[in-house]
Amino acid sequence: MAAHTAKKQTYWRLVWRQFRRRPRGIAGLVVIVLMAVVAVFAPFLAGDVPILMKKDGVLYVLPNIITYSSLQEQRLYANFDRWQPAEGEWAVRPPVPYGYQRQALFERLQPPSREHWLGTDDGGRDVLSRLIHAARISMSVGVVAVGIAVLLGVLLGALAGYYGGWVDSVVLRMIETMLVFPTFFFIITVIAFLPPSIYNIMIVIGLTSWPGVARLVRGEVLRERQQDYVAAARATGLSATRIVFRHILPNAISPVFVYATFGVAGAILAESALSFLGFGIRPPDPSWGELLKQGKTHVDFAWWLVLFPGLAIFVTVTAFNLVGESLRDAMDPRLRQ
Amino acid sequence: MIPTFIGVSLITFVIIQLAPGSPIAAKLMFSDNGMSTDAASQKIMEDTKRLYGLDKPIPVQYGLWLGRLVTLDFGKSYKDQRPVLDKIGEALPITIQLSLLSIFLAYLIALPAGIFSATRQYSLVDSGLTLTLFILYSLPSFWVATLLIMFFAGGEYYNWFPAHGISSIDAKSMTAWDWTMDRLWHMALPLFCYTYGSLAMISRYMRGSMLETIRQDYIRTARAFGFSERAVVYRYALRNSLIPIVTLLGGLLPALIGGSVIIESIFSIPGMGRLAFEGVLSRDYPLVMGVFAISALLTMFGLLLSDILTAIVNPKITFD
Repeated sequence: MAAHTAKKQTYWRLVWRQFRRRPRGIAGLVVIVLMAVVAVFAPFLAGDVPILMKKDGVLYVLPNIITYSSLQEQRLYANFDRWQPAEGEWAVRPPVPYGYQRQALFERLQPPSREHWLGTDDGGRDVLSRLIHAARISMSVGVVAVGIAVLLGVLLGALAGYYGGWVDSVVLRMIETMLVFPTFFFIITVIAFLPPSIYNIMIVIGLTSWPGVARLVRGEVLRERQQDYVAAARATGLSATRIVFRHILPNAISPVFVYATFGVAGAILAESALSFLGFGIRPPDPSWGELLKQGKTHVDFAWWLVLFPGLAIFVTVTAFNLVGESLRDAMDPRLRQ
Repeated sequence: MIPTFIGVSLITFVIIQLAPGSPIAAKLMFSDNGMSTDAASQKIMEDTKRLYGLDKPIPVQYGLWLGRLVTLDFGKSYKDQRPVLDKIGEALPITIQLSLLSIFLAYLIALPAGIFSATRQYSLVDSGLTLTLFILYSLPSFWVATLLIMFFAGGEYYNWFPAHGISSIDAKSMTAWDWTMDRLWHMALPLFCYTYGSLAMISRYMRGSMLETIRQDYIRTARAFGFSERAVVYRYALRNSLIPIVTLLGGLLPALIGGSVIIESIFSIPGMGRLAFEGVLSRDYPLVMGVFAISALLTMFGLLLSDILTAIVNPKITFD
């Protein structure tokens, strides 16, 4: 087992050495890491709830993460935007001190200014704050949807490739059938029947994007199955599941990573498009596509509602595509010196 | 073909089971705090139940649905009580017109661009073109569409193109030439949004495929014979490098038809995508299912066509 892991490590080190030489891939990776940091630390970057505050002689640590009952009783959580520290009290607020849900109707549709760096939307909500919190939703839709697709695709693909015969033909027919449906029609048709929720969107996008993974894994497993080490494993009397999951899949999985990287880009795009059409996330929740939808309504003047959310989608999608492309090249043995 | 058709019927059937009024959906919705039970929803529920026979046993339901699928009878639209097939019959030509034009344009531009790029590998032009295409490929079409409307169709900037529809109001009284020009003028922006993504993809594939072909032995032989570079590329390399590009058509079709939902609803083009969009908005289930099933069946034939085309350009492939 030790030798096995050592070999795997050298493979990934080899890939990394190749990847490192590709500035576009590195740039993409940096953007993805930045986006992930923004998504994870969104409550520290934007929001009207302080990070650290002192009130009535009590020090509250991280009230933006932990809900304190004493602050709740004062109805402060809903009204932090209007609260000002009194004498002897203080608060450290996030750099963008606006809640992403906080409406301010007298500040509707303002262009970028010193107060609202990227302007406000038609509920008077700060666009930058909403963009930051939307990163959470977009990134998690991308990752969860692709996770579902990869899980399904790897399972079905491995089954088909390893067992062949009727299992293979059933899976192949399933793949062919799925490819016949225009993906976006598939998604909105299901969304028409299901109650709108972000989880349904994740699941539907995941359920429509597994065929690519399955086809990929099937091909790889089919090739690996012919290798001597599989015959050896079978001769030692290992179970089929063990052979597939412990021996074949580690050798067959690397193209899936490339596919998954492109897949995240596609899923983020799909979610944005859904929200843009109004079939995605429900309005008070922030999403890049939802902001863009508002931009479309006020397209005659509100350029900041069109430009910034679109830019966020574009930059993120490009980053994932760049990483996917560089990863594919880095894994291509023909290009390796 | 037949297994795929059965697959299509099964998947669409499973989706119908999610419709309000079906026992399965009722179970699912219950955990979701229940659907709104106002009179309108109640009526939709009853209509859907009657339409698909949702109170009958599952095998009978499936038989009913299969019958509808084979006879293309999807019932009447809830909204205006017109047969779904009639509505699709009006919308489909527009979407097909758009997608065929878009595919034609994409290939027309992408093939030369890919060849141009491949024959100048590692040059400044090549890397510039590759980067541009990459960016185009990642640009969300709905964003580009919104920006285009903002800058070129009304709004505060230029007003060069119409933002809605595919014909002017007086289109019926126009001469054939004027009508065509009017249609093209209306289609310019949607067509651009529709095309640039596939254009970028095809030309990237074309470049890769050409590079692959140029490395082959027979090309080296052709060069050794002293053929001009032009003859080597266009007479010998091009044909073989086109094979994967033709195969690409099969994947492009469902993507384009799916994308029509976005482009058509932004530009208010009365095609299939717009029909699906409106159907989903007004919970017009017969319409939604009709559009969904028809688009799948059409794509099925499209894929078959592209398979045949692939076999024609590549004699190594035979029908089995």
